[in-house]
Amino acid sequence: MNQTTEIQAAPAAALSPTALRIAFVAVVFLAFASAPLWSGRAVLSLAVDMATILALAMLWNLLAGYAGLISMGQQAFVGLGGYILFGFVQSTGLSPLLGIPLAGLAAALAAVPTALLLFRLRGPYFAVGSWVVAEIYLLLAAQVTALGGGSGTSLPMWAVRALAPDRDLRQVVLYYIAMGVVCGTWLLTWSLLRSRFGLALTAIRDSESAAASLGVDTRRVKLAVYILAAFATGIIGALIFLAKLRISPDAAFSVQDWTADILFAVIIGGIGTVEGPFFGTAVYFLLRWAFSDLGSWYLIGLGLIAIAFMLLAPDGLWGVLSRRLRLTIFPIRRLLHSVHLLDRA
Amino acid sequence: MDWINTLVEGVLAGALYALFAAGLSLVFGVMRLVNLAHGDFIVLAAYFAYALVAALGLPPLLTLMLVVPLMAGLGYVLQRGLLNRTLGQGILSPLLVTFGLSIILQNGMMQVFSANTRRLHLGSLEVASLHVLPGLSVGWYPLLVLVVAVALIGLMQMLLFRTRLGAALRASSDDIETVRLMGVDSRHLFAVATGLAMAIAAVAGVLMAAKTNFDPMAGPSRLIYAFEAVIIGGMGSLWGTLIGGMVVGIAQAVGGAINPGWQILAGHLAFLAILVAAPRGLFPRTV
Repeated sequence: MNQTTEIQAAPAAALSPTALRIAFVAVVFLAFASAPLWSGRAVLSLAVDMATILALAMLWNLLAGYAGLISMGQQAFVGLGGYILFGFVQSTGLSPLLGIPLAGLAAALAAVPTALLLFRLRGPYFAVGSWVVAEIYLLLAAQVTALGGGSGTSLPMWAVRALAPDRDLRQVVLYYIAMGVVCGTWLLTWSLLRSRFGLALTAIRDSESAAASLGVDTRRVKLAVYILAAFATGIIGALIFLAKLRISPDAAFSVQDWTADILFAVIIGGIGTVEGPFFGTAVYFLLRWAFSDLGSWYLIGLGLIAIAFMLLAPDGLWGVLSRRLRLTIFPIRRLLHSVHLLDRA
Repeated sequence: MDWINTLVEGVLAGALYALFAAGLSLVFGVMRLVNLAHGDFIVLAAYFAYALVAALGLPPLLTLMLVVPLMAGLGYVLQRGLLNRTLGQGILSPLLVTFGLSIILQNGMMQVFSANTRRLHLGSLEVASLHVLPGLSVGWYPLLVLVVAVALIGLMQMLLFRTRLGAALRASSDDIETVRLMGVDSRHLFAVATGLAMAIAAVAGVLMAAKTNFDPMAGPSRLIYAFEAVIIGGMGSLWGTLIGGMVVGIAQAVGGAINPGWQILAGHLAFLAILVAAPRGLFPRTV
């Protein structure tokens, strides 16, 4: 009886948490949507950079943090996406915008045979195997003379103009695409993790053999996640090289840029959590802004920080924060609430 | 005759790959750890030898006397101080810690030794060759590398199957908990295994340094060749690893003979082909 009176006594004037949340989301949405009005090209360019790294981090987190697929070879799909875009533009003469979804489809298609091969390798061998496959993609791309072979190629001038007539406007277009891509990736991963499928993934994260014994078809779930991640990674790759206007095998299939940096960001933020990649990407860009002038020392420091997190706080910044503050921003867990049967009766 | 030359060249190159691979395979067998920095440690040994030659004027191959104990000690300390802490919590932690180490080593070597490519020079041994048949001659130095590879793998095999240490190492590969119950200090045992692996990596690194140019970023490709040799040969089989290295070497030589751009690619494709045809390798053994 006590409980009911308390609920009725709650002040009616205060905003409900749902209303607050909607207001917050609306403010954030407006701030991002209006960015081209109040900021310059440099800011928008940085935002595109951050969005692509964040999206890649979310996908790597989905693979490694949930599906147990520790891939060191996602650069295969970043590079493939980029190359498909450039090849599409050069061979069809159509707008590069049409090439972006095509890059995703091509990456997803390539992911099928790749996965069938790589899934023969278990655990740590999968990691190195995926790296070998990415090297094969790199060497094959270097053989494509139509796209500049080993030295790469630039996006033709007409295609750059097809995107937007001048540099400022082009940056705005890229910015909106990047925001769309990062929101899409986030919605994809979050809704995936909240679904029945996500429950299977979380079970695989916690114990693959236990999940299998409860009837989860772990191989099918992993295959689906791998292909989905490749699709999104291909789209992100197309966007990255559309922004760079130039592609070469070494840049497109760089293990440092598209795997090492990404996994450091995920580890620092908190692997196996939905919030982790956001925090990790923020910290990563902060570190890059502060220290990247130091060259090799910056990368040594990044390696040391990642090792320290792995040993001392394996669930990253977000893991530590959420445990201390008992907080979740994007809930995916299913919680059991105790029901007070006696009170009701 | 061209084809025989190519084949011989591949076998000789493969011997070095087998040496790259032997340590990787040992550590994985004993503690299920894939050291992603393995290739970078090979390169580090090469730089140690280079520095010793530059500082003390030692003949290149004599640096082995110092580089091997140094790397073995480094391996022991690394395992006890760092890598042992990553074990037993799934595969993520050891992979990412060794990957972090790999980045640190590459950039540390870049900082100390610059990005210039280096090489150890052996003088007349570099060009001396043995005429086996008319039109077929084999370099003395590659032959020496082959002999060292076979001898070292034979020694490891004897160590694993004839000594108490070997028995403990093999037992921990089967069931670490039981080995601990038998009173073996697994932390020490793992550190000894990594020390051994690093000693072999040191030999591989010094031999490599006198055979090809190297630079601070050469590690990952050595890791990949080593990995391919292990998988092709079949996990847990050392002689298999030797054959695996040679398969990669021959594939690269044949690919390179057809088109120089295909050399590395052909090695990778041979690896994929074996993965399709015999996922457990050519000489599978239950690990």
